[in-house]
Amino acid sequence: MKRRGYDGVAVCAPISVPYRRYSVDSAHWWVGRALYAMTQRTGLKPTDLDGLSVSSFTLAPDTAVGLTQHLGLSPRWLDHVPMGGASGGIALRRAARAVQCGDADFVACVAADTNHVDSFRKTLSSFSRFAQDAVYPYGSGGPNASFALITRHYMNRTGATREDFGRICVAQRANAQRYDGALMQKPLTLDDYMCARAISDPIHLFDCVMPCAGAEAFLVCREDDARSLGLPFARVLSTIERHNAYQDDPIQFRGGWAVDRDDLWSVAGIGPDAVDFLQTYDDYPVIVMMQIEDLGFCAKGEAPAFVRAHTLTTDGDFPHNTSGGQLSAGQAGAGGGYLGMVEAVRQLTDQAGDTTVPDARIGLVSGFGMINYDRGLASSAVLLARA
Amino acid sequence: MTEPLIRPRRKDPLRKTREPLLPQGIRSRTAFGLTAAAAEGRFALQVCTDCGCILYPPRDACSRCLSGRVPFRDVPSGGVVLAETTIRTSTDVYFRERTPWRIGTVALDCGPSFVAHLHGDVAEGARVRMTLRLDKSGNAVAIAMPDTPTEHQEDDVQLRELTCDPKFRRVLITDGRNATGQAMVRAIATAGASIVFVGLADPWKPFPGEAALREIPGVEVVSLDITDSQSVADTAGEIAHRVDILVNTTEHPRIGGIMGRHGLTVAREEMDIRYFGLLRLAQHFGPTMRARGADGVNAAAAFVNLLSVHALMNWPLYGAFSAAEAACLSATQALRAELRSGGVKVLNMFAGPLDTEWFQSVPPPKLSPAALATATVDALRKGIEDAYVGDVAQDIRARLDVQPKALERELGA
Repeated sequence: MKRRGYDGVAVCAPISVPYRRYSVDSAHWWVGRALYAMTQRTGLKPTDLDGLSVSSFTLAPDTAVGLTQHLGLSPRWLDHVPMGGASGGIALRRAARAVQCGDADFVACVAADTNHVDSFRKTLSSFSRFAQDAVYPYGSGGPNASFALITRHYMNRTGATREDFGRICVAQRANAQRYDGALMQKPLTLDDYMCARAISDPIHLFDCVMPCAGAEAFLVCREDDARSLGLPFARVLSTIERHNAYQDDPIQFRGGWAVDRDDLWSVAGIGPDAVDFLQTYDDYPVIVMMQIEDLGFCAKGEAPAFVRAHTLTTDGDFPHNTSGGQLSAGQAGAGGGYLGMVEAVRQLTDQAGDTTVPDARIGLVSGFGMINYDRGLASSAVLLARA
Repeated sequence: MTEPLIRPRRKDPLRKTREPLLPQGIRSRTAFGLTAAAAEGRFALQVCTDCGCILYPPRDACSRCLSGRVPFRDVPSGGVVLAETTIRTSTDVYFRERTPWRIGTVALDCGPSFVAHLHGDVAEGARVRMTLRLDKSGNAVAIAMPDTPTEHQEDDVQLRELTCDPKFRRVLITDGRNATGQAMVRAIATAGASIVFVGLADPWKPFPGEAALREIPGVEVVSLDITDSQSVADTAGEIAHRVDILVNTTEHPRIGGIMGRHGLTVAREEMDIRYFGLLRLAQHFGPTMRARGADGVNAAAAFVNLLSVHALMNWPLYGAFSAAEAACLSATQALRAELRSGGVKVLNMFAGPLDTEWFQSVPPPKLSPAALATATVDALRKGIEDAYVGDVAQDIRARLDVQPKALERELGA
């Protein structure tokens, strides 16, 4: 069956609650701050938000349902998207269908996590059943170790070098210096990158994100409602999602984007060369390279050459992770899966300030999440356009 | 090439004894299938009964055909290391003080990919033999071993966390008077133990083999009567802080069932020597061993019990003896739980009738004390928890698996 487009759907009100390295507050507090900012921005009352989509790792023992009572909301459409770095795109595509079909009018999509001094370790040790049984007992290196293995294998297969990964990290730090919300603004040179201490070879310090507390949110509604509220909005051209792709690959070398990318481009009716900026999920630079390849910007295994041939800063020929990505902004738990989406909406609605990519009309936001055992399982991608 | 271990120097009494920490020991119920295999030194994964797919990590349905019939079976252990990493930063306190720590992704010949500990002599791209071992938390982990053994491979630091190798450890053999005890002293001394304490009740009483025993290098005779609480307490007070492995070789097999004996004298002796003896050793040596589970190269490692395999199913010809052994087995399960917080393992060596005077009338096959001693050293080197030594023990283990009721009837026939 031919897929329907997303005509009439608006994505607006990009909200980023400033991150903090550690927070004594709860995830509930961070969700509350994001939704408060959304009501302030949009003029909607909390009870006007008749749809809610929540992504968080640290809400336990609550789920999205408990959160409605906690925050005094009464939505008629409720979603909980526990998909880590793929949450932003997946929340959006579900919310888009809800408003398109009239099941809800205003869906607040929010991702928030707190970061207590000990919460990272606790999240890792019980992240998934496979992590508990088959990952954490093996050195407890967390995602650093899992991605070290994936990175090492990718380097062996493609000839990628640490310098290639470093180019991505250095460019993102340059972008972060234009973004007030980034936790890491100190200039980073390729030398700094290369000389950083090893964390889990070949992963070194600047390949790793810094876990932090924070919240990101956006509003999905119909275009006419956005207009009547006076909210600038972006349109949705196409979306994809996939889970547990290529399960027979002995180690992760590609992600679900490669399965669905033809679908992504054909629904949008454009190709990769129409894209003005790319927001990838960058928990480690190797995954950025896989996204560049698997989304079709270059052939498989050629991302190292691609990043050498392009400039990835906001003023470069391939603007990428324009707010610094998680590598420089910080990883606010599930908020990391929203970072690129919220930044993309800012870019396409002239709210990006110093990170603005000149004349950007089309942006691609890609997500990746959930290292259940040895690889990330969830992938998503969304093509957004200026209205 | 593995750096051979260096014999630890005498401990500085002013230094803090490092507290034992454990890697995370939480597992799903299904994952205990790996622990069961590791406890016996086998490499087993789930195999789908319907489509034959081999599964890892442990799961509750086949990930190829969704069948729910996914029992653990022994599978080929060969594989290739696809990628390796050296973890230098860990969020876990146990690993934090043991970094750098190497792990790797191993593509198993039989199908799944396995993220495993890497032996120091294993490099990326190498062929390996996967081995399931019990870590300090008592749960199964896999370590990728060199395909062909390398020199001093048993001394690898990551491997030694998973084993109870007697090399450079100080071992107490509780009774040197019987043949089993003497064979054990020889085997343990040969395996590189730095001291072998040999317990003797009334050491002034001569016994066969005494002269040869005392000549074995490293042997230190201690006075120990495990039927006497004061004797056990006194000896523990002197040496418990230096006992890294305890092997209870005190035995008391006596023929006779339940009805045929007159009175309880023999049964009481059996319980006093075997069951209460075990309790006395546990009470006086256990706490010190548990506190020394991470005390360097010669950290406390294992409490070894030699049990009759008839602890698992009564053998009416030796009916009261079997019952006393069953009591011991039950106690060792409690002891295992109690010592786990120190990372100290409880090894149970299940044996059939030994080739000694107390099984004189029993037809072969019978197990020689030397074979039991060799198997004990092997179990310590592998860190396995339950060993079935010899033909009779393995036969009973297998029959228990198939049909315990048949075994009960057949042993009583």
